[in-house]
Amino acid sequence: MAIGLEHYLILSAILFSIGLYGALAKRNAIVILMSIELMLNGVNIAMVAFSRYIVPLLLTGQVFVIFIMVVAAAEAAVGLAIIMAIYRSRETIDVTKINLMKW
Amino acid sequence: MGITIAFWILAIVGVIAALAVVLLRDVFRAALSLVLCFLAVAGIYITLSADFLAAVQVMIYVGAISVLIILAIMLTREVQRGSPSNRLQIPAFIVAILFFGGVAFAMLNTPWPVSLAPPLEPTTSALAGLLFSEGGFILPVEIAPILLLAAVLGAIALVREK
Repeated sequence: MAIGLEHYLILSAILFSIGLYGALAKRNAIVILMSIELMLNGVNIAMVAFSRYIVPLLLTGQVFVIFIMVVAAAEAAVGLAIIMAIYRSRETIDVTKINLMKW
Repeated sequence: MGITIAFWILAIVGVIAALAVVLLRDVFRAALSLVLCFLAVAGIYITLSADFLAAVQVMIYVGAISVLIILAIMLTREVQRGSPSNRLQIPAFIVAILFFGGVAFAMLNTPWPVSLAPPLEPTTSALAGLLFSEGGFILPVEIAPILLLAAVLGAIALVREK
């Protein structure tokens, strides 16, 4: 059975769902950030698969993936810096204990 | 045939590594399996004949972002406490399963207009043409460095000693 577009789409959906579970159910802020990276990777696989199977000669999806990678790098840098700042002032990165702005 | 075998191996390795990221209790091992998952995704890009993106994935994710994450794990002493789940574990699992079911249903029931043309290879020069030529994506390319500069300045300002 040849590999088609659906295989890649299901793989990307699995990675996105695993990342969604991790982002919702984890306490450690760094693990939540890692789960968000997993979700972004799932989206990237779907983008490249669409680009490969639907418009093989235009490469538009691959250009989008490059921009997603730029935004993901910026997000990881700023997110980890925020986590370091919170750890420095509160001695914990447990997101259930960081409730200063909770109403 | 080779592509098929490579896809299945990479997909299984990637999914198991992703599961290990969210299920392992040791944060450091979770970060290492995240690196493995990134490598599997780079291999998936190669099976999709996106050679430039595979190289970029290895450089940015496996090289840079994983180092950043491991450094953050080292600098916070949360390693001993592991990565426990919060009270929302079961609702989160249900939400993830429902999301996967809905998305998979939509993906499998949409008639995608699949083109039978062979993929463009190598992609590097074509991507450069798309990114930098007129009528391409030159405006987002100009905006991206501003975003990166703002991110770098923000990160420095956040972690600086007061």
